[in-house]
Amino acid sequence: MFESLTERLDRIFKKLRGYGKLTEQNIQDGLREVRLALLEADVNYKVVKDFVNTVHERAVGQEVLDSLTPGQQLIKIVHEELTALMGGQKQDINFSGKWPVSIMLVGLQGSGKTTTAGKLALHLRGKGRRPYLVPADIYRPAAIEQLQKLANDLDMPAYPSVPDMKPLDICQRAMILAREKAYDTVIIDTAGRLHIDTVLMDELKGIEAAIDPSEIILVADAMTGQDAVNIAEKFNQTLGLTGIILTKMDGDARGGAALSIKAVTQKPIKFVGVGEKLDALEPFYPDRMASRILGMGDVLTLIEKAQATFDAKKAVELEKKIRKESFTLEDFRDQLQQIKKMGTLEQIIGMIPGLNKIKSLQGLRPDESELVRIEAIINSMTRVERRNYTIINGSRRRRIAQGSGTSVQDVNKLLKNFVHMQKMMKRLKKGGLRNIQNLFSG
Amino acid sequence: MFKWFLKKKEEPQEKAEEESGLFQRLKDQIARTRESFVKQVDRLFLGKKEIDADLLDSLEEILITADLGVSTATELIERIREKVKRKELSDAFALKNYLREEILTLLRSPQKEGEEITASPFVILVIGVNGTGKTTTIGKLAHRFKGLGQNVMLVAADTFRAAAIEQLEIWSKRAGADLIKQKSGSDPSAVVYDALEAAQSRKTDVMIIDTAGRLHTKVNLMEELKKVQRVIQKKMPGAPHEILLVLDATTGQNAISQAKLFNSAVGITGMVLTKLDGTAKGGVVVGISNELKIPIRFIGIGEKMEDLREFDPDAFVSALFD
Ligand SMILES: Nc1nc2c(ncn2[C@@H]2O[C@H](COP(=O)(O)OP(=O)(O)O)[C@@H](O)[C@H]2O)c(=O)[nH]1
Ligand SMILES: Nc1nc2c(ncn2[C@@H]2O[C@H](COP(=O)(O)OP(=O)(O)O)[C@@H](O)[C@H]2O)c(=O)[nH]1
Ligand SMILES: [Mg+2]
Ligand SMILES: [Mg+2]
Repeated sequence: MFESLTERLDRIFKKLRGYGKLTEQNIQDGLREVRLALLEADVNYKVVKDFVNTVHERAVGQEVLDSLTPGQQLIKIVHEELTALMGGQKQDINFSGKWPVSIMLVGLQGSGKTTTAGKLALHLRGKGRRPYLVPADIYRPAAIEQLQKLANDLDMPAYPSVPDMKPLDICQRAMILAREKAYDTVIIDTAGRLHIDTVLMDELKGIEAAIDPSEIILVADAMTGQDAVNIAEKFNQTLGLTGIILTKMDGDARGGAALSIKAVTQKPIKFVGVGEKLDALEPFYPDRMASRILGMGDVLTLIEKAQATFDAKKAVELEKKIRKESFTLEDFRDQLQQIKKMGTLEQIIGMIPGLNKIKSLQGLRPDESELVRIEAIINSMTRVERRNYTIINGSRRRRIAQGSGTSVQDVNKLLKNFVHMQKMMKRLKKGGLRNIQNLFSG
Repeated sequence: MFKWFLKKKEEPQEKAEEESGLFQRLKDQIARTRESFVKQVDRLFLGKKEIDADLLDSLEEILITADLGVSTATELIERIREKVKRKELSDAFALKNYLREEILTLLRSPQKEGEEITASPFVILVIGVNGTGKTTTIGKLAHRFKGLGQNVMLVAADTFRAAAIEQLEIWSKRAGADLIKQKSGSDPSAVVYDALEAAQSRKTDVMIIDTAGRLHTKVNLMEELKKVQRVIQKKMPGAPHEILLVLDATTGQNAISQAKLFNSAVGITGMVLTKLDGTAKGGVVVGISNELKIPIRFIGIGEKMEDLREFDPDAFVSALFD
């Protein structure tokens, strides 16, 4: 839909290749594009303005590294600044404070509070806590039942709220029960409310004052637009938030709201929701989020890692091969060896925009022990086989399996994956050779 | 299409009375939106006669802050720039009117007038991403149709989200509508098929199908939706007569992607913009409705059964500018 920022900057900076410094003029051209990218990603107008000014100041006069074009250099600065803004250390739930620890989830209607309550309960149980789920949304039809069902699915206790109880009473009684039954972590699911609804905001204040929770977390939808700043500011003013959880990150929203919310609250984004299932909760990675907002997948991280670990000559060769579509099993083995230095395959696939969405790649996500097995299989092939997999018939497969101490199915699976990979590379070549060039020519 | 349908059994007097009260309510409800927007615009125009770069920049800010999006905002501003250059626009007040008319034109172009409906039941399929307000909107629609003397049936085809069926059941009771449901986890297509059978024997006038929220990027879930549509089409040729996409006014530019992908999957016939009682402006619909030529049918302005209004482009823009 939108031309990616990398593409746009590349276009702008094409003429400028070879310039040694970021100058006032090329920065201004570049920052205009950065600004548009941020606005398209729903970062709030004012936040964008501040941000662009900061980057401008930092960028003027900077040397452009030999290995980078001015466009890449500017993106690097933009990316670093964005990451720093959203960043800080990865943060989990804070368990200090009154016993039992309580966590209040607040936010607008439909942002994902109830689902997130279930997700947090599961996450915290995994860390050895004993969560107690408290449905305090008496307004939305069947909201109490919704959380009780989730609790039931998780085989976890939930307070038996009924819609004619007052939310404050529910919370206070639930705290007493939790203490009695030694549940050490109380998760309170509150009703969705508009930040301008003073009656309901006061209700939250009342609960907060009565139970003094360790965490008050704003659950916000990653698709939120410009209004994110108003919402976050109001919730933060009223309650003093301790953190943010950003939901529905499994879609294609660029998620500029993350930056807006962070900018106005200065509170850590603790987790992101990446699906409707209760295990779909992940820690927040500022650098990934920065790339996403800029519309670049995690290309940047990959550029850096690739720069650090890839043998430059091999990279150039690989690029040629992908271009000529002569990528062989031998190259694949080389790749695996390089990749092992960079991180897990899963991480790497996840970092490449487009690739992480390709279903067929799921078979290509072996764990580390499988990497060893794959290498063994390829090692057991003859050179001719490695260069032309199509000759590997049934009897060759059996021989290879025996030689590598694996099974014929393993060999079949590897070959199937390899064919997928070739196809995928063709696709990449058509759609985004530029990405690959960026990746491997650094 | 919808309008015609609604008029079938409506009582004119009651309607007129409701309309004026309703109109006031809409204005009150989105007063915040209007106030801040208008305040900004007025502050902008106050004491300014000339149209200069500063003015256009501030205008851009207002449009983008209302979630109109970079491309729609830029397009509008560019058109103004052209007009100024050609000396067709000179003072700030003319500019304001021009802008108002332009947005109105964008919104108005897809609002089509009714064709005749003979179908019974009139089948409405309600779709959208998670948490936008589908189920609530269905409750409100049911109430509206009941008020017009229609026989309404709600169909619980969100069999996925915990307690989604129970939620719709409560709404059906509030509105006095029939409910067709099966067990949680059952196949939505099967639920819809059974409901159509039941509707035909019960002489249902309006059948509204609630579906599970799904992100438009999830291929399998979109396939599931297409299957529901196919089942309906097969059982009742010509149905669904209305496919409503429910959009949350708080959503930013992602709504464009939602509208496009849902539209290419099942073909949307109308949109509902919910949660306009907050401070979000929902400006993204301006571009969507114009680009996809899909009318906005209703707006949601609260969580109560009565908090649904027919979308009226004039009222919408007036509420922003007057
Ligand atoms: N795709 C996706 N859907 C989510 C996520 N979190 C919540 N949802 C869905 O969003 C909708 C609203 O969630 P709910 O927990 O009821 O929101 P609440 O009104 O804030 O309590 C439901 O359909 C959830 O399944 C997420 O991270 N990804
Ligand atoms: N303030 C406000 N809340 C709404 C509106 N429409 C729906 N909601 C709320 O949004 C939340 C999600 O609504 P629901 O109908 O369950 O969404 P669904 O997941 O799309 O079916 C609920 O808390 C509703 O009460 C509206 O127009 N205004
Ligand atoms: Mg809830
Ligand atoms: Mg629903």
